[in-house]
Amino acid sequence: MKSYILPQYLVERDDYRCIRCEVCARQCAFDVHWYDDEEDAVFADESKCVGCLRCATLCPTNALVVRHNPTQIPPNANWTREVLHNIYKQAETGGVLLTGMGCDKGYPIYWDRIVLDASQVTNPSIDPLREPMELRTYLGAKPDVVEVGRKGGKPSLETKLTPQLRLETPIMFSAISYGAISYNACESLARAAAEAGTYYNTGEGGLHRNLYKYGDHTICQVASGRFGVHADYLEVAAALEIKIGQGAKPGIGGHLPGEKVSAEISRTRMIPKGTDAISPAPHHDIYSIEDLAQLIYALKEATHWEKPVSVKIAAVHNAAAIASGIVRAGADIVALDGIRGGTGAAPTMIRDNVGIPIELALAAVDTRLREEGIRNRASVVVAGGIRSSADVVKAVALGADAVYIGTAALVAMGCHVCQKCYTGKCNWGIATQDPYLSKRLNPDVGARRLVNLLRGWSHEIMEMLGGMGINAIESLRGNRLRLRGVGLTQEELDILGIKHAGS
Amino acid sequence: MKIEVDHRAGLPGVFVRQNGKVRINAGTLHYRELNNMVKGAAAEGLEEIELDNVYGQRYIGSGIRRPVRINIHGVPGNDLGAFMDGPRITVDRNAQDGVGNTMNSGIIVVHGRAGDIVAMGMRGGKIFIRDGVGYRAAIHMKEYRRHVPVLVIGGESQDFLGEYMAGGLVVVLGLGKKGKPKLTARHIGTGMHGGLIFLRGEVEEHQLGKEAAAEPATASDLELIRPHVEEYAGYFGGSADEILGSGFIKLFAKSHRPFGGLYAY
Repeated sequence: MKSYILPQYLVERDDYRCIRCEVCARQCAFDVHWYDDEEDAVFADESKCVGCLRCATLCPTNALVVRHNPTQIPPNANWTREVLHNIYKQAETGGVLLTGMGCDKGYPIYWDRIVLDASQVTNPSIDPLREPMELRTYLGAKPDVVEVGRKGGKPSLETKLTPQLRLETPIMFSAISYGAISYNACESLARAAAEAGTYYNTGEGGLHRNLYKYGDHTICQVASGRFGVHADYLEVAAALEIKIGQGAKPGIGGHLPGEKVSAEISRTRMIPKGTDAISPAPHHDIYSIEDLAQLIYALKEATHWEKPVSVKIAAVHNAAAIASGIVRAGADIVALDGIRGGTGAAPTMIRDNVGIPIELALAAVDTRLREEGIRNRASVVVAGGIRSSADVVKAVALGADAVYIGTAALVAMGCHVCQKCYTGKCNWGIATQDPYLSKRLNPDVGARRLVNLLRGWSHEIMEMLGGMGINAIESLRGNRLRLRGVGLTQEELDILGIKHAGS
Repeated sequence: MKIEVDHRAGLPGVFVRQNGKVRINAGTLHYRELNNMVKGAAAEGLEEIELDNVYGQRYIGSGIRRPVRINIHGVPGNDLGAFMDGPRITVDRNAQDGVGNTMNSGIIVVHGRAGDIVAMGMRGGKIFIRDGVGYRAAIHMKEYRRHVPVLVIGGESQDFLGEYMAGGLVVVLGLGKKGKPKLTARHIGTGMHGGLIFLRGEVEEHQLGKEAAAEPATASDLELIRPHVEEYAGYFGGSADEILGSGFIKLFAKSHRPFGGLYAY
């Protein structure tokens, strides 16, 4: 069937600059470029181009420009190019539209409508280069009261604390499964988390045996498919996370298509090679908050009450009430994933239309837990569209204990957010299981880039804290007085619990 | 014979040690206290643990990685043997929901019936239930190389048996009914993409999920399930030959890629 879809990108090659080195042809797993030796020229099939810019980035003479195809469809505010192309694609295949990464629609990004405070004259600012600045964060349930006694003339903590995760910076790497990303990408995340004193999350695809040595910096996920969940996996983790939902696809399950279930993936997920790895939408042992409590305590019992248990949900309309239930069910950490949260594959309609922005969910959850007097019983971690250190600082001031970064971490490793993760052909060696592609991501380099990112962000967070005259991230947590809204309605300000700038 | 008797004899938590064996009076103990005692006994290297007066304590057998025998006298609570990796559990009465949830290895034998989601996500080991089970038994059971989980149900199962089943072996004997049993469960094998279910008796096409296919079990199929039926008969009595002689239906997945053609790439 003739496809009516116009190429999304045009590849322009400057023939004067092109040296026929064929790097572009070798680098493109989508087979856009090819060299014709009879004509001694390089050609491109632009209908296959996904705009990942691998070719343009690696072209040694900058001979390539990849740009949006300027061909206009008849101008129409309703029937846009994207709408038409989606319909053509479905008319040609009869399938469900798939996409990767987070929602790319223009919903308001509240981080960009919130500004931070700084000290002037009174309460002087602090220079983090000269003075101590504390970013260390502990995740887990905090006691209602702390009793301090004395032992041998020294103060000692009498209250028995429940298990905590210790983070040197309030940033962790989001759950991304082995299967969605390559082994090298997983190793990069694990090594970076260990080096930076934070945690990465296995996602629901199990944990490769070679990565067990980073267990002290690993959060192991237990999702509805229970892939690779066995006693060693539970024991090696620093914390466990029950995945209920994901911001990119709230309310639906997922599956890793059989062609991606290679020998190594099969070994890690503990399923036969080549079969679809299906994650049902619900956990079939969880139909209520009481059932959730049952699984939380089953995991605690199976790991001898030594590890915090997190519960991750997608940010949906009733997130605040659900979070209250999660805390009451005994979770030590509540993880919220907003509508802009990423994925390796999700139905486009779900990704772009289900869920709420994380800023609103975070504010609502933090407010609700405070009102109910149970905020101390769990830490709140947010995910889904954290793009910079400023987003982290705003999230903490809105009430988060820490953030998860997924897309930002992948971008640090080379991702260009072309949204084609689900094809398994990632030219950057990240969202692929093809050994030819995945070896492009060297874990030494991947880990270095991730550690650099965390280091840069952490310095920036210290600067912003110092500017506010605060010397510990703990003093900013839930401190919404240090935030102001710009151009927001009263209702938005009320939900966010902040004042408008100027007031 | 050396016997230590707790001075609170008769109260919950009594711990009696006897020749490599212990007896614990579970009574009204919280599951956490009980499981701590059971784990402690297993860690000591004791081979057999008798639990008396069990009244709904959850997670018994979780977090133990030795092939210790745990004999439960009473009704254990939900998630018996959840994430279990090694122990051999016997229950002398009924069990509740979630028996063998995400279990990895070991054996659970229930001299009665069990509730919903028996063997959910189970990846290894064996479960024998003398009577029937509730809804969604063997949901998302899977197998991997040598790990092939086995669930034998003596009575009947309720709806959604083997939903999303990705591997393993389920045998439903349908005993206790006169003549050839006629199963009443519906949506059997919905979303099934691996593993095998054997049903003794009759089942109509409309009772099956659309991803499951059915055909009469062959002689070689019966040889596959024979050892498990024999093991069942060994625990609960009855004749394996007699049971095997009355005809089984085999259910299997039509495809191991049930959702392969669903998406527009």
